[in-house]
Amino acid sequence: MFSYYLNLALRSLKRNVVLTMLMIAAIGVGIGASMTTLTIFRAMAADPIPNKSRQLFAVQIDNWGPSKSGVQTPDDKLQQQVSYTDAMGLMNAHAALRQTVMYSTGFALSPPNPNLRPFQVPARATYMDFFPMFEVPFRFGTPWTREDDEGRAPVAVISRELNDKVFGGANSVGKTLNLDKHDYRVVGVLDRWQPVPKFYDLNNNQYGEIEQAFIPFTRAIENQMTTWGNNNCSRDAVAPGWEGHLHSECVWFQFWAELPTAADAERYRYVLNNYAAEQQRLGRFHWAAHTRLRDVREWLADQHVVTDEARILVLVSFSFLLVCLLNAMGLMLAKIMGRAGDIGVRRALGANRRAIFGQCLIEAGVIGFAGGLVGLALTAAGLLGLRALLSEQTTRLTHLGFWEVGITVGTAVIATTLAGLYPTWRAAHIQPAWQLKAQ
Amino acid sequence: MELRPILSAMRRNKFGALLIATQMAVTLAFLANALTLVEQRIAWSDRPTGMAEADAFVVHTETVDHPDDLAARQERDIAGLRALPGVVDAYTTDMYPLEGGGWTETVNLTPDQKTPTAFASHYMGDEHALHTLGLKLIAGRNFSADEIANRTDNDVPRTSGYIVTKSLAAKLFPNGDALGKPIFVETNNPAPIIGIVDRLQGPFTIATGLFSTFAENSVLSPYRLIGESSVYMVRAQPGQRDAVMKSAEAKLFALDENRILKFRSMQEVRADAYRGEHGLIVLLSAICIALLIVTAFGIIGLTSYWVAQRRQQIGIRRALGATRQAIVRYFQTENFMIAAAGAAVGIAFAIALNLWMVRSFEMVRMDSSRALVGALVILVLGQFAVIWPALRAASIPPALATRGG
Repeated sequence: MFSYYLNLALRSLKRNVVLTMLMIAAIGVGIGASMTTLTIFRAMAADPIPNKSRQLFAVQIDNWGPSKSGVQTPDDKLQQQVSYTDAMGLMNAHAALRQTVMYSTGFALSPPNPNLRPFQVPARATYMDFFPMFEVPFRFGTPWTREDDEGRAPVAVISRELNDKVFGGANSVGKTLNLDKHDYRVVGVLDRWQPVPKFYDLNNNQYGEIEQAFIPFTRAIENQMTTWGNNNCSRDAVAPGWEGHLHSECVWFQFWAELPTAADAERYRYVLNNYAAEQQRLGRFHWAAHTRLRDVREWLADQHVVTDEARILVLVSFSFLLVCLLNAMGLMLAKIMGRAGDIGVRRALGANRRAIFGQCLIEAGVIGFAGGLVGLALTAAGLLGLRALLSEQTTRLTHLGFWEVGITVGTAVIATTLAGLYPTWRAAHIQPAWQLKAQ
Repeated sequence: MELRPILSAMRRNKFGALLIATQMAVTLAFLANALTLVEQRIAWSDRPTGMAEADAFVVHTETVDHPDDLAARQERDIAGLRALPGVVDAYTTDMYPLEGGGWTETVNLTPDQKTPTAFASHYMGDEHALHTLGLKLIAGRNFSADEIANRTDNDVPRTSGYIVTKSLAAKLFPNGDALGKPIFVETNNPAPIIGIVDRLQGPFTIATGLFSTFAENSVLSPYRLIGESSVYMVRAQPGQRDAVMKSAEAKLFALDENRILKFRSMQEVRADAYRGEHGLIVLLSAICIALLIVTAFGIIGLTSYWVAQRRQQIGIRRALGATRQAIVRYFQTENFMIAAAGAAVGIAFAIALNLWMVRSFEMVRMDSSRALVGALVILVLGQFAVIWPALRAASIPPALATRGG
């Protein structure tokens, strides 16, 4: 029965090509626009580390105090980063399964080949826990050791990209890299790794590439490497120079903790609060302890990783899809009512209402499917257009995978069939006698 | 024109008329809000920085050798740049407008103040800064050469005075007597405001949040920032920017080969800074146009269907003496009535949508005239879309009335 109805639907669509094309185009354009924005939105709102997003926590501590005395700093105005004093205080507390303080920095790399000019290498100073915590894949070698962290060892883990560039993709473990005129021993080379968004440090470029080199935090501090990320200060440094800046209330470090269970997280909240209360007792904070522990999802929501623009665009394109569907609905109604005579004859020859209903609904489904295919092509074109229009960083958001294709065509078929319900219902209620008489 | 027959015909095609009206209402609501959003973004991204952008470029330079004579090298670089043919002026800065991020300070009127009087972007520069940037000094004086001190990120030498923007001056001293008044920037050592410039935008470009609240508040202090990496701002003679960028690169590499250089014209900087805004504007406009086209085709499709359905009646009307114009006018009036109903609902919908968006997103209130513009657009669109089917209807021969039925 289905194939017969399908056949009928195709015939009927061929009978009025202009109307059919209009319907398919309307649905295609609507689906194309909404799926383009939805693809971007889904990528923005994606969980960058689904296995562990409920176990990794970003730490925030109010070390600046409220702007008005007596009022607590609102949660959304809390510093995104922590100060060196607080980061070290928490590192020494050892209250989490794994924990790391880190910051974004960089080097000038002088390539072994003297004909090449030196170039900049963005780097991350962190502890070895970083790699198992964030499930970072290794191609060669391993992370550095805890002894390296304590001993401020000049070791580095480099990205696959930098390894390709400098060592031609070969296993470079054990080789030496000249970074800022210091020699670092390569202990590991990463495999491809690109969390989207780059949740562990959302400063500067949320969809940016990962750093090309990773070195022990302790080494970076010893070498007085300045931050390449955001550095925010509220009070002036008490002492001049690097030491003064390090021990000021300036915030430029990210702090993450891995807490596998809810009980661990609860316990850590307690530790965190105790730490802040202790700082108050010591006279460093003149306000009640105010700390926050947010897991990856909460962190991304709090940091507004999905921009208002993306939300507005999704809203806009779905209202556009709605208009397109209303449009197709009107055209379908016109088409079906134009065929009232046919339907009357079929009814008179014994087709019941359900049969007519089924037939017309399949016709709507066929239009939806065709519209979905057009929409798919337009989505691909739209994503290409967005790449040209928006910055480089959004490129990695514009990926059309199996799921996106399925969702696109599925939405088109379902939405069009739904829009076809009313015209179909009208068709099924055509009075055969009326139509036959009119002929 | 008699409206009653149109109304009674419409009553028999309730659903079709309702569909068109709904489509028009949604189109209008969308159009009005998109217009507001686009206007808001254009206004934000078109704000002037106050500097002469067209001929300016920045150079990021980083030394590789960790030399001890950073200040001397920088002096050599700047002298070399100033001596290049086609260069108007150059200086060392800590940041530049539209950079996206940079150095902010709190500005206070008393030492150890708990709540800051103002936030400001903190630019540094020597006596050539104003000339290089092309800023307009509206009160006081420029820095003199002997006032300029070398400094690093963390060391703050004593200073003899600051230049502030008009906007920051007004924020600090609302009575308009800012010139000569002492302010506290970075330290507990006050220094007077020695000059006021008309405008110098901060480096932040984000339209929301804390930074957007003091976009025009900047303070310029008489320092040369010395470090492993520096930023040079250079202004070329009109039209010579690209050539000067090339000769500047050659010059800087000749002075020190072992360095990393990055050149950006202010034009590129502006394009990068507002790429997101620009993308949103293009995208919204494209969707707006597509929406109007789809709505127009919807009207054409449904009206054609009505025409086909009423061939008989139209033939009879023609036979009874109705002119072609009368038939065209019938469909135009019908469309106008539907569009007017759609517009009335659409205006209400547009306002409701805007109120909701203001609450949920960082969006500005819509000017009610935008809803009226939207209404006008859909009324005109409807009239244009209906012309083709109406002409088809008018071409139905009166003889049709005698056939069939």
